[in-house]
Parts: sequence; structure tokens; C-alpha cells
Amino acid sequence: MNRTARTVMFLVAGGGVAVLAVLAVLRMPAFGGSHHPYRDHAVRASVSHATSNVVASINFDQRGMDTLGEETILLASVVGVSVLLRPAEDESKSEHLGSGRVLDATRLGGYVLLPVTLVVGFDVVAQGHLTPGGGFQGGVVLGTGMHLLYVAGRYQALERLRPVSAFEWGEAFGAAAFACLGISSLLVTGAFLANVIPWGTFGGLLSAGTVPVLNGAVGVEVASGVMVLLAKFLEQAIFVRSGEGGTR
Amino acid sequence: MTIIVAAALTLVAVAGTAVVVAGRPDRQAVTLSLFGLLLAVLFMALQAPDVALSQIGVGTAIVPLMVMLAVRKVHQRR
Repeated sequence: MNRTARTVMFLVAGGGVAVLAVLAVLRMPAFGGSHHPYRDHAVRASVSHATSNVVASINFDQRGMDTLGEETILLASVVGVSVLLRPAEDESKSEHLGSGRVLDATRLGGYVLLPVTLVVGFDVVAQGHLTPGGGFQGGVVLGTGMHLLYVAGRYQALERLRPVSAFEWGEAFGAAAFACLGISSLLVTGAFLANVIPWGTFGGLLSAGTVPVLNGAVGVEVASGVMVLLAKFLEQAIFVRSGEGGTR
Repeated sequence: MTIIVAAALTLVAVAGTAVVVAGRPDRQAVTLSLFGLLLAVLFMALQAPDVALSQIGVGTAIVPLMVMLAVRKVHQRR
């Protein structure tokens, strides 16, 4: 396709998108308005299931199916990265580890922040049905927090604490636990991911029925997924060297 | 409240432009991290703390780190 044809095609398609976007924006409710029919229904449903974090109620109770889809996307991308980033035939894994210079302040900061970050991560997962946060956010905090060990300059320490295969199992276990909870509630009530566990008292740690359980499953899956993803990237960037004529 | 939202929106626009202008992927990773942080501030101003938390984790930490590691790998191969 020559340049003129491409320009014409862009102008037609771009113009169409622009017209549709302007029309859509003109018909939208005003920014920051107070009329939110979906919010009113969602808050009422969330309170009736003793879930004080309405967002968690939407993610894991009212629209749990959507969250299962998102978790499956994460699982698929972790599997994809693991397949793509495995050392190729002409690449070798070097055992030599160049010891970079790490500032003492960085080292201290890493070691001090590591336990704090892990506690915060667990807390964000465990209180996900009460306060902002949940399995995904807490899992990301846990998965990245472990890499403070690397920032503190000890890749060996990180490797010892991080058996990648265990986290690969953790990733699969978390995703499977989510799906199994959905199927078991389907068998009990006839609805997939229905809130089958007693709801407990509003605002208590043991409340919101299945929401904290699903949060835990997602927390395990996301923390493991982040660990596996970063492990594969770090391994490729630090250890794997291309072999003879390996430059492509 | 409107002033905070307007200020956060402006900062996000400036940071987003900075990511585009930075050009080279290794510089973009750093500006992208800052952009992600400002986006989280905007989400907080719009009263969406759950989204802000996810944004800080993914947009500020993981994605820029992956870009940096990928850039490092590409440079090794040259």
C-alpha cells in the first residue's frame, strides 16, 4: 500500500473515531455528578452481604466471574513469559555473578523495608474485604517486596528464598482455588461463585462470606505470578548469555 | 476538591507528555514510573483508593522494572 492510500485510510478511520468519540463524550453524564444508579445498587447489595469494602464486594461477590477472567489472563501471561524467556538452545546460563557495588544506605534501606513491606502486603490481602486493597494489590506488594532482597545487593539471598518452582505451583494453586470455590458454590447453590459462606458481622475480620477467601486465593496467585515473572526477567537480564554467534 | 483534581489531571498530562518526549526506552521507563505515581495520586483525588493501590504496584514498580530489564537484555545482545 502506498503512502497516499495509507494517509487517506488514516484520515477516514481517524475522522470516524474522532466523530464517535466527540458524540460519546457529549452524551456522557457530567463529570463529578451525584446521580449514580449503579453505585446505589452496588452499595445496597454490598451492605446486605456484610462487606464494608464495596469495591471488594463488586470484584469478588457481585461480579466474581469477571475477576476469574482477569486472574486467568494473569495466569496466561505468566505461562507465556515462562515459555518465551526460557534459555534458548544457543544460550548458556552463566554461573558468574558480577558483584556490583551497593551503597550501605541502600542495603540498610532494603533490609529495613523488607519486613515492613511483607507485613503491609499480608495486611492488604487479609483486610481486603474491609479496607481498600485486596488479593491483587496485596499480592503485588508481596511479590515486589521480596525483591528488596535483590535491591539490598544479595541476589543469592533472593534465590535461596525464592524457589521459582514453588511459586509456579503457587500461581497454579491460586488460580485453581478460585475456580474450585466457584464450582463448589455452583454445586451447593446452583450459581457460580455464589456467596455461600455465612456473612458474619459487618466490619468484622470474619465477614463478607467468600470475599476474604477469594482474596486469599488471588493473593497467593498474584504474589506467585509476580515472583515468577520478575524471576524470569531477572534471570534473562543477569545470567543468560547468548552462545557462539548468538547475536541476532 | 476540584482544584486538587484539576492539579492532578494537569500533572498526569505533563508526565504523560514527558514519557512520549523522552524517546529512548530506558529513559521512558523512569518517566513512566513517575507517570504511574501521578496517576495513582489522581485516582486518590477521585476517591478510588483500590485502583490507586493497583496502579502504584503495577504502573510504578513492575512495568518500569520489566522495561528496564528488557532494555538491559537488548543492549547485551548488541
